[in-house]
Amino acid sequence: MRIFDPHIHMTSRTTDDYQRMAEAGVRAVVEPAFWLGQPRTNSGSFTDYFDALIGWEPFRASQFGIRHHATIALNPKEANDPRCRPVLDLLPRYLAKDGVVAVGEIGYDSMTPAEDEVFAAQLALALDHDLPALVHTPHRDKARGTTRSLDVVKESGIDPGRVLLDHLNEVTVEPARDAGVWLGFSIYPDTKMSPERMVKILQTYGPERVLVNSAADWGRSDPLLTLRTAEAMLAAGFDADAVDRVLWRNPVEFYGQSKRLDLSEGPETGATFAGNSILRGGS
Amino acid sequence: MTTLDQLRQELGDRIDDDLRRVAENPRAAAALFPAAGRRYGREPLTGGWTADEAARALLLTEIDMAEISEIYRYGDTAEKLAVLKALPLLTIGEKGTPLLEDALRTNDTRLVAAALGPYAMNLSPEAWRQAVLKCVFMGVPLTSVHRLTERADPELRAMLRAFADERRAAGRDMPPDALALLDQLKEA
Repeated sequence: MRIFDPHIHMTSRTTDDYQRMAEAGVRAVVEPAFWLGQPRTNSGSFTDYFDALIGWEPFRASQFGIRHHATIALNPKEANDPRCRPVLDLLPRYLAKDGVVAVGEIGYDSMTPAEDEVFAAQLALALDHDLPALVHTPHRDKARGTTRSLDVVKESGIDPGRVLLDHLNEVTVEPARDAGVWLGFSIYPDTKMSPERMVKILQTYGPERVLVNSAADWGRSDPLLTLRTAEAMLAAGFDADAVDRVLWRNPVEFYGQSKRLDLSEGPETGATFAGNSILRGGS
Repeated sequence: MTTLDQLRQELGDRIDDDLRRVAENPRAAAALFPAAGRRYGREPLTGGWTADEAARALLLTEIDMAEISEIYRYGDTAEKLAVLKALPLLTIGEKGTPLLEDALRTNDTRLVAAALGPYAMNLSPEAWRQAVLKCVFMGVPLTSVHRLTERADPELRAMLRAFADERRAAGRDMPPDALALLDQLKEA
């Protein structure tokens, strides 16, 4: 089984996790820029963090045969701190990088006017840089946060097929599906979504445009819940092709829209498909 | 050594527009330099240079040292490697040395190796010896070190000797290329 974890914060994970993930079949990850446990107070803290996402983490991942890409943005929570706002001016430098496959995580935390402004500005950056967008939905007031996020996406003019709306659940999946965006589900040990609930959602809505991630970070989380979800799908009667679609082909298709996805094994092979180099043995 | 003129010739006139844009506005390099792989490809070009590395070296000829340092500061690993590779070809004298020192502080074996090319002649003997020892420690092949035997001195030999003793005490192997260097220095 090959697994692409489309949302995981490896900065907060140990090298042992990379080892376990590789053994479980994880061959590619996308690490979205987000907040850390400790709030940042200046743009330099962000750039050092972004540098790790395009430098150190891909190097660390490569030692386990895992391809690492990133999404870059000012996250909604820290968008509320005026000391962090200057980082918006530095984002174009990072959005030009080969390893950056989307603008993200953007969206809402507390739905403030500052968040409105920064969310819209960064959707505009996605359009400018011809990149897809990864949109986080808030943990509090989630249903209203989701519909409001979809409104902002619509207003921005970005193609909904280039937007991944993340951390969805039973309540928010339908409006997202109706809007034509890609549907992200974060499988957590006991909060956002469980493997069993995920299987029910897949039984109801099918695997089309669905991405499953561990969103593992500095909180209680588990980088192997992608594999556990795949196992739960198989146990519930989904076939290997459906599992491969949700855990590999869908994330490849979504982030492949950046034309910067490099899934070649080992040193650069030069082989490309639609601008993305593809893992030997097919996509 | 491959020259800038050779790189320009091999790359052809497809880079002329980008070079003109950067000459007119050095800030344009912030977007063009990271995009070099997507714009020029990554295939081998000449003398161990790939097309994107060559394009990046040529773009650097259009900007001053302060701007080169900014490009390096915000570069991903491939960009940093390209800057390090281009340093000996640029007319900047010793001014690029802090970039080597930055690369040598990292834990990325590719950056450490790239910092020990011909431009490492500008590193102080102390920094250079530490860098060579770091290569041995990290498992970077010593073939990456430009003019290794020429520059190796009794002080480096003493450092390698002590490291080999530590490894032996721990029952661990010393990389064969480091042992060979020790042997060579003993004879000298």
